[in-house]
Amino acid sequence: MATGYGRGRVSVVGRLFSTFLKHSKTGAGLAVWAGIVIVLSILVLALFAPFLAPYGPEQYFGNLLPPGGAHLMGTDRQGYDVFSRVLWGARIPLGVVALSTVLSLVIGLPLGLLSGYKGGRLDRLLVLIMDSVYAFPGLLLAIAIAAVIGRGLINISFAIAVVYAPTYFRVIRNHVSSVKQQTYVEAARALSIPRRGIIARYILPNVSQNIPVIFSINAADAILTEAGLAFLGLGFPPGTPDWGSDISLNWQVFDTAWWATFYPGLFILILATALTFVGEGLNDILNPLLRKRAPPGAEGR
Amino acid sequence: MITRLLLMLPMLWILITFTFLLLRVAPGDPVSVIMGEHGNPAQLQLVRQELGLNDPLPVQYVNYLVDVFTGHMGTSLVTNKPVIQEVADRMPATLELTFSSMIVASLMGIGLGVLAGTHRDRLPDFGVRLFAAFAYNIPIFWLGLILKLIFAVDLGWFPVAGRFSARLATPPTVTGMYTIDSLLAGDLRGFVDAVDHLILPSLTLGTVLAAFFARVTRVNVIQSMTSDFVEAARARGIRRSSVFYRHALKNALVPVVTTMGLTFALLFSGAILTETIFSFEGMGRFVFLAISYRDYPAIQGAVVYYGIIMVIISLLIDVVNAFIDPRIRY
Repeated sequence: MATGYGRGRVSVVGRLFSTFLKHSKTGAGLAVWAGIVIVLSILVLALFAPFLAPYGPEQYFGNLLPPGGAHLMGTDRQGYDVFSRVLWGARIPLGVVALSTVLSLVIGLPLGLLSGYKGGRLDRLLVLIMDSVYAFPGLLLAIAIAAVIGRGLINISFAIAVVYAPTYFRVIRNHVSSVKQQTYVEAARALSIPRRGIIARYILPNVSQNIPVIFSINAADAILTEAGLAFLGLGFPPGTPDWGSDISLNWQVFDTAWWATFYPGLFILILATALTFVGEGLNDILNPLLRKRAPPGAEGR
Repeated sequence: MITRLLLMLPMLWILITFTFLLLRVAPGDPVSVIMGEHGNPAQLQLVRQELGLNDPLPVQYVNYLVDVFTGHMGTSLVTNKPVIQEVADRMPATLELTFSSMIVASLMGIGLGVLAGTHRDRLPDFGVRLFAAFAYNIPIFWLGLILKLIFAVDLGWFPVAGRFSARLATPPTVTGMYTIDSLLAGDLRGFVDAVDHLILPSLTLGTVLAAFFARVTRVNVIQSMTSDFVEAARARGIRRSSVFYRHALKNALVPVVTTMGLTFALLFSGAILTETIFSFEGMGRFVFLAISYRDYPAIQGAVVYYGIIMVIISLLIDVVNAFIDPRIRY
């Protein structure tokens, strides 16, 4: 890595920002900006839902009124205003994504650092476990966990975190095991800097640039997994405004009242796509090396 | 190849152990969940005895392992049939759906990827990349509902739900996949009917994966078009199209095939949602029902057998890969 002359800590945010500005005219920069604007707009809509939404999330109006007039997106099976629920309903997907990503990172990052740096038997064991989880259908795994530990924001986030922790682990671990071969790490070792110091000062700053990329790509998947769980009835208590849960309650009347399902789904699509734009753009900008990386599954197994 | 196989076994073991731990370590008592609020303490104790839940954990674990490999995964609380039988009845439907979705995804994805890769940075490339960005992030159930409303309800081109028309007799069971069974029975009408029922679900499930394939294919086409061997072929005066089909494309597709193994996991996840939307009676529907009724033995059984099927499929794909790309050695 070009940044790695043993410079110690570099502010990730600062580096990100300056790199963005340099690339703001290229396609990748444009995608990142567009993605960030959309994600932030949805965040604002969610945070200020009490002021922006025309009605409360559980205010009854009459079942399945078509869009138009007082109800921009119509009303749903429960008689609630769909537009208001779309705004209120953004809170749970965003919350789940934030929480599950932090949890995945808490599991994946330390294990990845340890596994990549130490190598040997522990490494092989961790890789085997993480690969087993990675190869298994993600939604099914989340279903199995959620079915056992139950509904709610924390439980659902945990179920999703288990599914995506291996992604963090793999990327971090592979990067660490290549970074640790660098001369400056060897030099640090020769100076008998303790292992913890080497990882914190020389390895972590070099591999941390991966984190925003994995974060935004995984965030899109996490949104879709959360929606899938909620759709299957494993999400949140009835009445909770949440895009996936609202679809779960209304999809059976899609033929006659499309609006109650269509709009929440559209917002899932928009948020997930925006997050992908951010992730892919960041990937292009920050990791010119990773772009040439073999597709998942193609690396030497 | 042998080492690959040896590596698969611990992976499978980890998955099976994981499901065991999940249901034992989990808060709450599986018996009171099974019995609901109706059971009195004496009954609960009896069920507990019957399920072997009074044994020490290691004993339970060994019994569980034996059960998994002998197919004794308990009885589904919803359908009252042995879980293994439900899996045997329904897994073929899911496999049929995932295989046909894989065909849709490969045709659509590779086609679009080649189109984008050969027109790099021009309009088709831009269009394909935009399509891929959106298609990959569509909630599957939402796409399924829209396709169903347009093509089945409004236009009436395809059946709305199910795997086979009720007016036709289902073909005798050989593989459990209606398309193959009806062909084996020489029943052409049955075959057409089964395919007809498969089209919308496969299109739904295949589109998401097509987006993924399009991206992988595009990158690889671009890479192999700029590689030395293509340049060498061009220098020898070989026609552009023949350079592309005989040299570049072949090499570009190798990594696409390699990714197929992992994408089956994606398909299985998506199948749970797709089957629910189209009332397609496969494993996904079973999992959905099991969740709705808190049918723990069924969920556990489904997870374990999904795991086994996944391992078998990825093993098969590795074998295929080794044939396609002689550089791959396990």
